[in-house]
Amino acid sequence: MAHSGIQEFRLPDVGEGLVDAEILQWYVQPGDRVEVNQMICEIETAKAAVELPSPYAGTVHELLAEAGATVEVGSPIIRVDDGSGGDGGDGGSSASSEAAPDAGEEKEKPLVGYGEKAASTKRRPRRRPGAAANGSGPAPAAEPQAAPAKAAQGPVLTKPPVRKLAKDLGVDLRAVEPTGEGGLVTREDVRRAAEGAAPAEASAAPEAPAPAAPAVDRSALEERIPVKGVRKRTAAAMVGSAFTAPHVTEFLQVDVTRTMKAVRRLRERPEFAGTKVSPLLLVARALLTAVRRHPEINASWDEQAQEIVLKKYVNLGIAAATERGLVVPNVKDAHAKPLPELARDLQALTETARAGRTSPADMTGGTITITNVGVFGVDAGTPILNPGEAAILAFGQIRDMPWAHKGRMKLRKVTTLSLSFDHRLVDGELGSKVLRDVGAMLEDPEGVALAWG
Amino acid sequence: MSDTTAHDEPELVQLLTPDGELVTHPDYPLEVDADQARSLYRDLVLVRRVDTEAVALQRQGELGLWASLLGQEAAQIGSGRALRDGDMAFPSYREHGVAWCRGIAPKELLGMFRGVTNGGWDPAEHGFQLYTIVIGSQALHATGYAMGVQRDGALGDDGEAVIAYFGDGATSQGDTNEAFNYAAVNNAPVVFFCQNNQWAISEPLDRQSRVPIYKRASGFGFPGVRVDGNDVLATLAVTRAALQNAREGNGPTLIEAFTYRMGAHTTNDDPTRYRASAELEEWKRKDPILRLRTYLEKQGLADEAFFAGVDEEADRIGERVRTECRALPDPGPLEIFDEVYAEPNVHIDRQRADFADYLASFEDAGAQGGR
Repeated sequence: MAHSGIQEFRLPDVGEGLVDAEILQWYVQPGDRVEVNQMICEIETAKAAVELPSPYAGTVHELLAEAGATVEVGSPIIRVDDGSGGDGGDGGSSASSEAAPDAGEEKEKPLVGYGEKAASTKRRPRRRPGAAANGSGPAPAAEPQAAPAKAAQGPVLTKPPVRKLAKDLGVDLRAVEPTGEGGLVTREDVRRAAEGAAPAEASAAPEAPAPAAPAVDRSALEERIPVKGVRKRTAAAMVGSAFTAPHVTEFLQVDVTRTMKAVRRLRERPEFAGTKVSPLLLVARALLTAVRRHPEINASWDEQAQEIVLKKYVNLGIAAATERGLVVPNVKDAHAKPLPELARDLQALTETARAGRTSPADMTGGTITITNVGVFGVDAGTPILNPGEAAILAFGQIRDMPWAHKGRMKLRKVTTLSLSFDHRLVDGELGSKVLRDVGAMLEDPEGVALAWG
Repeated sequence: MSDTTAHDEPELVQLLTPDGELVTHPDYPLEVDADQARSLYRDLVLVRRVDTEAVALQRQGELGLWASLLGQEAAQIGSGRALRDGDMAFPSYREHGVAWCRGIAPKELLGMFRGVTNGGWDPAEHGFQLYTIVIGSQALHATGYAMGVQRDGALGDDGEAVIAYFGDGATSQGDTNEAFNYAAVNNAPVVFFCQNNQWAISEPLDRQSRVPIYKRASGFGFPGVRVDGNDVLATLAVTRAALQNAREGNGPTLIEAFTYRMGAHTTNDDPTRYRASAELEEWKRKDPILRLRTYLEKQGLADEAFFAGVDEEADRIGERVRTECRALPDPGPLEIFDEVYAEPNVHIDRQRADFADYLASFEDAGAQGGR
């Protein structure tokens, strides 16, 4: 996209260290002519309501954010055709803009410093010799949220401490009657408004025996976030899964000291050069091996046909926390891949997910899933099945624990595995066998090396 | 809010009324010919245009911050024009008009606000120190520098003088009051130039001082004068006299340039949240550019072609500032160590080496060129 001629203007940080702003109103519409420095919209940040001037002259091609929406700093908000491109082709649908915002980014650098922040907030990978957590990234950030549109009136005149007081007391300044000089809202005005809300009711019914405490309106202390995007899809999938498949979860603590050693040895091997080798890779391989031994675990329940569908292939899903929320892309035909190829595929899959570029095709067709809750620093969980799958394996954090080893108490690397399965088609015996099998392979990766293939 | 109307203050020195009428003042005679008046007008318009462009560039993400001088052009051009080549100015962070008079190109001012330099120009070359963000500390620096001038024996009719710029908010700072006292007892050749723009961010003047600011000088033992800061001629005359007084060895003067910040404190600020729009409307009638234009027109000192020419020049400068701003080079990360000390320093060398190692530790360090 972004053929020459279409210039993108990204929301700058207009106030030193702000992360987002709300678009209050647009002054221009697609098709309008704009000049350099012509005001195109009004935005409100945590600090101020300000107008943004256009950096480009040309014709408004597309508005990329609606009035009322809260936009992250660095996100494109408008496209302007400056006439330098020649063709006017590009349909410029908002879907395409969301999918690939980076194509024109490198040659076109409309912003520096603060403006580039969104791109630079991603941490650059460090060269690290030691252990590396794999799988999911940092805790998911909230999606940009649409906020209700503000009333069109101007800002309320008052002083910052009074603004703070109003915020603390949950008073909407716009609803306060100002008594200060020049229409200023005073501290007393805010106090009066805060007290005013409840007493009106209390005095209206003095005879009542007042059996219960008066209801306090706490709605001002609550934030309502529209559910959409990844959050909406995740919610639907979780409800669908939790209320159709009866879940059972089993746990197993495993000494993975030797797995950690194997990880280090693999890193030295030439066939893994340039590839990220992590404990997750061996957990994945152990699960794939267990599936080969117990194929019934790699299956799904077909309610309509009243059939159990046994899959002769494994599309291995990896749950990943991304800035957009939880996504579960899968490695296609993971059962048929040699270890180095599996490692490369896992790496590519998690990197794509974190960059927010996972395609819908990557997320469909999964047959069994691993979720690495250990990256969040916890030991175990009771994972909910990816809809349509029979099992999901959660892999907890690896930590030093006292452990009975060769008849003595030693500090060993220990993790907790949890396996949830769909009890309609997987019995406790099968589930336990699969979990024990995965655990055994991680306890003694060399001993079962032949089985690893 | 107190009534801050300039007309109500009898002590205000004014040579050009808001209606563009030339008046005289017994203490501050000023001869201005047509060329000088036109040249002052041109400066006022051009610095306002540079300032407007910088605000727009900040809103477009090209600058991290900008402190607008809108409304204070006359106070800055008037006082800046009063300086001689050998004089030294100590600015705060809003003195773009003074910088203009000292021959500093607008793009040099933008570097710090874009975050690509810690300074931007050679203070010695321009007689204009680097911008000071800390409020009021430059008053002390100016006083110390002035005492140096005094000890160098560089006083006299052709001697050097020093000027310190600050705002009404800075008069509440200890540093500024210490500077007043030190300058007074040492009879230092320094002029304290306070641009009273009525607002210290959101704090109005009546929360800043119980007495008019210029009257504070008498308590320290040196003269203070209030000048109409929107009157470029009066500001020029009053500053010139104060500088001359200083260079002749007669000690400091406090000038309170009574003016108004027509824009926000900085681009981070939203003045509509704390001040009434009627106040701004009142000050717009006292606009420093408007009154000089009225004077030039009434006296027949400039024609339409002149005004159109200045506007065209302003637009060209605006475009140039925009282009130059975007072309300012980003510094390498290691340059942060370059000007910490004038001489080589082992600690800084070690920190530089550590930081270079850190930068090289990233997987994509090759692409970064390790600069």
